[in-house]
Amino acid sequence: MTEKNNEKPLRKILLICAKGSIEDVYATLIMGNGAVMEGIETKLFFTFFGLDAITKKQMMKLKTSTVGNPAMRMPGGLPFPSLLGIIPGVEAGVSWMMKKEMDKLDVPPVDEFLEMITAGGGEIYGCKLACDMFKLTKADLSDEVKDIITVGQLYEMAGGEGVQIIFT
Amino acid sequence: MAEKIIAGKTIEVNEEGYFKDASQWTSEMADEMAKEFNLELTEVHFKVLDFLRQRQKAGEALTIRSVGKSGITDIKGFYQLFPGAPLKISSKLSGIPKPTSCI
Repeated sequence: MTEKNNEKPLRKILLICAKGSIEDVYATLIMGNGAVMEGIETKLFFTFFGLDAITKKQMMKLKTSTVGNPAMRMPGGLPFPSLLGIIPGVEAGVSWMMKKEMDKLDVPPVDEFLEMITAGGGEIYGCKLACDMFKLTKADLSDEVKDIITVGQLYEMAGGEGVQIIFT
Repeated sequence: MAEKIIAGKTIEVNEEGYFKDASQWTSEMADEMAKEFNLELTEVHFKVLDFLRQRQKAGEALTIRSVGKSGITDIKGFYQLFPGAPLKISSKLSGIPKPTSCI
């Protein structure tokens, strides 16, 4: 990163993702990949439901919630009633549409996104406690995942100047 | 507006050193600018620069993903060709504006 107004540039970021909906996971992936693209040292840490994003079986099936989401609207802009959201198939349909729209903007699917991040030197980790809780092992996680680590190990990686930890 | 002398020619650049006018660019300029990044440009580097110039001319948004799918190199290779911030560095060296994409 270039220095502006004598500000110390950001050198390293750690992003923590604890939720597994499309928007939560993509916020983390886009911010993480963006940091890698800027030459910032980047580490992504997935925990609790965020583990879906790096679990082989789940990563391509992420959904966005159609219930209890006041910002959810119909394609024309009309409000999206929560009652509609509970009908089987609606959540899948809405999620499919979101993914289609993102694809138009060259936003890759989750598996490819993880590859892009590691290709640029970013590191991806799973949370040990959450993996234990969900009975997940390293073999269940994407090959792009470097390791399953504890909170203590995460903080050990967070040392140095110009470091930010972001909880998405 | 700033001016910079690159490969013997005066070029209009913005405050970050990106070309104002992509048509002023020559490959000699890329070679000279590459020294700032300690890069020695090879044929593959120039293929990437050409690709970016073509895409930019066509008005398409530039992403590292599109470079990875260009057939010239993959994303890992792109990071190795232009270490650090590949899309920004390669855009600068190819005389096109700073990329505005988030991906």
